Amino acid sequence: MFEALQENLSSALRTLRGTAVLTESNMREGLRTVHRALLEADVSLPAVKAFMDRVTQQAVGERVLKAIDPSKQLVYIVYQELVNLMGPVDHSMHLGGEVSILMLCGLQGSGKTTTCGKLGGLIKQRGRQPMLVAADLQRPAAIQQLQILGEQLELPVYADLNAQDPVRLCQAAVRQAKALGANVLILDTAGRLHVDRELMEQLTQIDNRVGPDQVYLVVDAMTGQDAVHSAQAFNEALELDGVIMTKLDGDARGGAALSVKHVTGVPIKFIGTGEHLDALEEFHPDRMAGRILGMGDIVTLVEQAQQKFDQEEMAKQQARMLKGQFTLDDFKKMLGQVGKLGPLQKVMGYIPGFGQMQKMMDAMGADAEGDMKRLVGVIDSMTPDERADPTKVVDLSRRRRIAAGAGVQPHEVNDLVKQFDLMSGMMRQMAGMGIRQRMKAMQQLAQDGMNPNAALSKKKIGTGKRLTSTDRAKMKKIRDRELRKKKREAKKR
Amino acid sequence: MGFLDKFKKGLKKTAQLMRTDIRDLFKGGGRLVDDVFCEEWYEIFIRTDMGVEASQELVDDIRTNFRARVVEMQAVLDRIKEKLKVLLAQPEEPIRFAPEGPTVIMVAGVNGCGKTTTIAKLARMFQEEGKNVVLGAADTFRAAAVEQLTIWANRLGAEIVTGPPGSDPASVAHRALAQAIANQADVCIVDTAGRLQTQQGLMQQLTKIHRVLGKQIPEAPHEVLLVLDATTGQNGISQARHFTDAVKCTGLVLAKLDGTAKGGVVVAIRKQVGLPVKYVGVGEKAEDLALFDAESFVDALFEDMAANE
Ligand SMILES: Nc1nc2c(ncn2[C@@H]2O[C@H](COP(=O)(O)OP(=O)(O)O)[C@@H](O)[C@H]2O)c(=O)[nH]1
Ligand SMILES: Nc1nc2c(ncn2[C@@H]2O[C@H](COP(=O)(O)OP(=O)(O)O)[C@@H](O)[C@H]2O)c(=O)[nH]1
Ligand SMILES: [Mg+2]
Ligand SMILES: [Mg+2]
Repeated sequence: MFEALQENLSSALRTLRGTAVLTESNMREGLRTVHRALLEADVSLPAVKAFMDRVTQQAVGERVLKAIDPSKQLVYIVYQELVNLMGPVDHSMHLGGEVSILMLCGLQGSGKTTTCGKLGGLIKQRGRQPMLVAADLQRPAAIQQLQILGEQLELPVYADLNAQDPVRLCQAAVRQAKALGANVLILDTAGRLHVDRELMEQLTQIDNRVGPDQVYLVVDAMTGQDAVHSAQAFNEALELDGVIMTKLDGDARGGAALSVKHVTGVPIKFIGTGEHLDALEEFHPDRMAGRILGMGDIVTLVEQAQQKFDQEEMAKQQARMLKGQFTLDDFKKMLGQVGKLGPLQKVMGYIPGFGQMQKMMDAMGADAEGDMKRLVGVIDSMTPDERADPTKVVDLSRRRRIAAGAGVQPHEVNDLVKQFDLMSGMMRQMAGMGIRQRMKAMQQLAQDGMNPNAALSKKKIGTGKRLTSTDRAKMKKIRDRELRKKKREAKKR
Repeated sequence: MGFLDKFKKGLKKTAQLMRTDIRDLFKGGGRLVDDVFCEEWYEIFIRTDMGVEASQELVDDIRTNFRARVVEMQAVLDRIKEKLKVLLAQPEEPIRFAPEGPTVIMVAGVNGCGKTTTIAKLARMFQEEGKNVVLGAADTFRAAAVEQLTIWANRLGAEIVTGPPGSDPASVAHRALAQAIANQADVCIVDTAGRLQTQQGLMQQLTKIHRVLGKQIPEAPHEVLLVLDATTGQNGISQARHFTDAVKCTGLVLAKLDGTAKGGVVVAIRKQVGLPVKYVGVGEKAEDLALFDAESFVDALFEDMAANE
């Protein structure tokens, strides 16, 4: 499939070679191919249209990169935009407080009951006490189904075989939760059609009377054009907090993910990848984007394109550096590029000094996207002379002022300045090397997360600031973790 | 209510909820058949879930037949509908009954598409025709699947054969048919666990159930119905193809057609795999089954447009 799209695009964009920039007309055929690919993946028409508009906007005016096939460049823009639109990632279920309530809803047979069990298992693993609530009084044996899952998971199930009213049942479950030793309730509601007024009203009632903390829509990955209609109706009735997409273990392309995100705007939290109770995974927009485009190896492709792209851009930054002109403004520009380029983790590695920062963020469980915004916020709060030479100019009182302006802690300003200092030190060192040596050093840097004890220090290059021994220990931990992760992933393949 | 009325009632909801943007097509009499016009039709087709290929074919047909002319929308619509009706046409009697002994019907499909409910509906329909039905609960995998079919059997007063959870589904199927033969029942319907068509092991298991039935009665199963959820998009084609490879499906049941989904993927399936639609499901109750009617189905595909003429 990937080959097919790539081939079609290649022939559609053949004429592009040698042109300077992408325009709406020279991309027309290529865009048509993308349009078709999305429809084949079951993205709903309104979502496809909105998406194509965005991609066109993004792409028009882009320089045609000499280094790569224009079709790849377009695929790359398409892929990035898909990732952007299906993100940002938010896997949190916002569990907290005395008793949290999650409610699952959706069409008949979408996988609510099974997902209820899966979530229960996951939450239990994370150390809380979930209880499943059998609020589907409609489908024959739905209660027994949930009870069996509860037994398998060793989780309590609140059920009442004689109950008539799911609203009351849920209320009763909440009242008794604490006595039953549960602090997370997961409501398994009956499947219903979004056009069924009565049953939709019932769902709203549960929502109003029980007040779930999180309401998730369970969507079948095989859903076609109708996905926008049902998701929109559920979202209007309930104000969804998230979506869970099931049955992604088959060959469905899952375009409904984009459709549903398009109409609800809520994050896709998890995906179901099997009938077994552990077949629940966190949602990753990049993987989903590759799947929708039918491209197993899209990541490699994008990385290639990125590398080339980044190298060009970086060469420019470095030229400025060489002249000693690198400032926080340039740094911000780089952040901007990174933001545009997307999957942050991938791109950050290409910027000297960033690998480390990224890993630190990861290690702290921080959300990289948000941190990026904070960094930019900090830079925006600085005066021009502070940006030009932060190391010298930013003192304690300025630090406080900048922090207040950006709404961050003063130490975060300090961290940024230190990081910048480190970076420019590196850049200056590299400026003295030949181009090939420099590329190598940069890649090394990205890999080593800028540990001064790694590659560069062998070449006896000072790094401006030394890390403390605790920093180094931390770095080592992080590196080991990364290494283990890589090994694990390698094994999986 | 007759089968056809039911079918139309089920589709009614679909029509009520349709968006208005495509109705504009019908405004203001004749239209020039140009690229914009063709694009609008393409989108109408795409929205039915019939897929890119079938949509493109129909658009090409419009292009070649009406190119650069000013046409009434109704003329175009009539032509398209006619083509689709011919494509989807179905003989009156969808079930091939065994000349003697029980008629065996195997029901298969992906997870949650509506198999078990469809079986309850079929059983009720046969009972209404005065036939005696035995059900085989060969979904031994999903939690409470057996209980679900048992509840239906009790409601309908049909005999049911079950096995313990996790037991071999082929052996349940075998025993169900043996029971049907012993009872001199008219129909034996075998439920199976949902499975995705890419799961090879599970597809082989399905083939085994099929084979086991054929050992008892050479022509069995007489019908293999693939249940397809009407909300399904292009994956339906892959489902039809793989299930047919595994168990030689004889037709489709299009379930959940009472929602807003149009189920147009059956057009692509008919073209690419050849499977006809035999019945449609239009609700969760035992009586919510209707004979597939190409006329009404095709009308419903475009109902939102015709409604505004
Ligand atoms: N292959 C697969 N099957 C699933 C997944 N989630 C649910 N199912 C199956 O889908 C069918 C319907 O699930 P169920 O939880 O009963 O759906 P509900 O009607 O929405 O409660 C069952 O056969 C489940 O085993 C999944 O992620 N992958
Ligand atoms: N609205 C509607 N729901 C249906 C229809 N057929 C089945 N269902 C519902 O879809 C869900 C799954 O059906 P089930 O028969 O258990 O599917 P199976 O897993 O394929 O056996 C249940 O909640 C059924 O009530 C239909 O025609 N219309
Ligand atoms: Mg359920
Ligand atoms: Mg079933």
